[in-house]
Amino acid sequence: MSTELDELYQSVILDHSKRPRNFGEIADGAVHVHGDNPSCGDEIDLSVKFGADGLVEDVKFKGMGCAISQASASLMTMKLKGKSEADAREMLRAFHDIVTVEVAEPPRMLGDLRLLAGVKKFPQRVKCAMLAWRAFEQALERKGDGPTVSTEPH
Amino acid sequence: MTSIDWAKVRADFPILAQQVNGKPLLYLDNAASSQKPRAVISALVNYYERDNANVHRGLHELSSRATDAYEGARVKVAKYLGAASAEEIVFTRGTTEAINLVAQTWGARFVREGDVILLTEMEHHSNLVPWQMLAERTGARLRFVPVAEDGTLALERLGDLLTAEVKMFAFTHISNSLGTINPVAELCRAARAVGAVTLVDAAQSIGHLPVDVREMGCDFLAFSGHKMCAPTGSGALYGRAELLDAMPPWHGGGEMIVTVSYERSTYKKAPARFEAGTPNIAGAVGLGAAVDYIEGIGRATIFEHDLALTRHALARLGELPGVRVQGPRDRRGGLVGFTMDAAHPHDLTTFADQHGLALRGGHHCNMPLMKKLRLPGTTRASFYFYNTKVEVDRMADILAEAVRFFA
Repeated sequence: MSTELDELYQSVILDHSKRPRNFGEIADGAVHVHGDNPSCGDEIDLSVKFGADGLVEDVKFKGMGCAISQASASLMTMKLKGKSEADAREMLRAFHDIVTVEVAEPPRMLGDLRLLAGVKKFPQRVKCAMLAWRAFEQALERKGDGPTVSTEPH
Repeated sequence: MTSIDWAKVRADFPILAQQVNGKPLLYLDNAASSQKPRAVISALVNYYERDNANVHRGLHELSSRATDAYEGARVKVAKYLGAASAEEIVFTRGTTEAINLVAQTWGARFVREGDVILLTEMEHHSNLVPWQMLAERTGARLRFVPVAEDGTLALERLGDLLTAEVKMFAFTHISNSLGTINPVAELCRAARAVGAVTLVDAAQSIGHLPVDVREMGCDFLAFSGHKMCAPTGSGALYGRAELLDAMPPWHGGGEMIVTVSYERSTYKKAPARFEAGTPNIAGAVGLGAAVDYIEGIGRATIFEHDLALTRHALARLGELPGVRVQGPRDRRGGLVGFTMDAAHPHDLTTFADQHGLALRGGHHCNMPLMKKLRLPGTTRASFYFYNTKVEVDRMADILAEAVRFFA
């Protein structure tokens, strides 16, 4: 068995892809973003609720796609809850780093997201890992606009 | 089965003898692009080392040789397709360009608001998008022959769909995702009965089984060289002479004109009319060499080989839990699209690649069809004559390992 494959598909990742956490939609008061990777068909509908203090109060996602895109979305939703915008942006940057370049010591704040570092050996799969994060980035940009019904950024 | 030494044939393809990710390459992505035999590679090298010059204009030796090689390739392609003459062959960059040529020139002259362009639900984007663009420009409407549950065309609907308003019926010979072989001659006959012009997308059939435009009775046929052992960027449009000559030019420039003044120009007849500028001469030469190579084996023999591998693949895939093959059981070409419950197509193709196995995963440029079939995509194994039964077994073993890995 190839080591790269074992690193890419660790049991935690396969578990999140099969049993995604925070799967669903936030009914009220959330920013909704749709994201997709047209070349491979992966899709995500992300809803993010920001609290009065500006913190991420709740995040949920619905979507379909490969194990990498689903696990990344699931792990992301768990980690983002309760974070400030600045912390969330820092996390986004750190996550992008670990899936694209060699990082000697992945920051602890990423928690289990660090398990996705195996993606960097598979450059074609980076967009899978980043799909949910790109959607979240969009949600941050629309934060000021208030809650939305549904949007299609493409 | 004729007595072909398949091991010797396979040895004609230098690229196949390599390791990928530490494993022997198992190339089963032939529906996307085939590999090239030494005969084709040598034809390119010889052309560039001995004959290279521009065609049709130089009054020198190399230009004559280049012209002979280029026009000689056209004659080979015409014979290969059973065309009435070489003038019915327009060289293009491939299937996509050939279909766009018809949609933009034939379409501009003959399609009006309210006319209908009939397609099928299994068309590749290349035989869908050019017609959507034509419909947008002209106000014509698109109609689709549905794909039935078993992956074949719902031919019982043809009577309702193929009405007098239909000006063009364009359809694929072999579906690139389902493998379905469509009854081309029957479809062309039905179209002719209502006065509709036909275009056959032969991208998946051209190097795999006998294709004869007069037996099919089609008006246009489009194909790519790179799926039949020829270089990328080579290919052709076949068009019945009277149709080609009734079409306005497409790209303007050198080669396609008779006289030019500052105000206006007059145009040559087909095929020159549609080949503005310096063509892909080497590509045509390579395509001619590929025709010779394939005819040396025989297309009927290649098809038998395809079918034997496909039957074996269907049997082996049938043993794997949670694996479902798309498309019909019978009347199918040498490709198998399937889903695996345990793994998404992209995870599966990554897994396969790590084992040296090249598969294609995704929507296969069939987005509307995948949506209709409610699939996130499929994984596709596609065979060619240099593949072996042993390779199909190795593929099945790798897929069985994937079922366990992703379970």
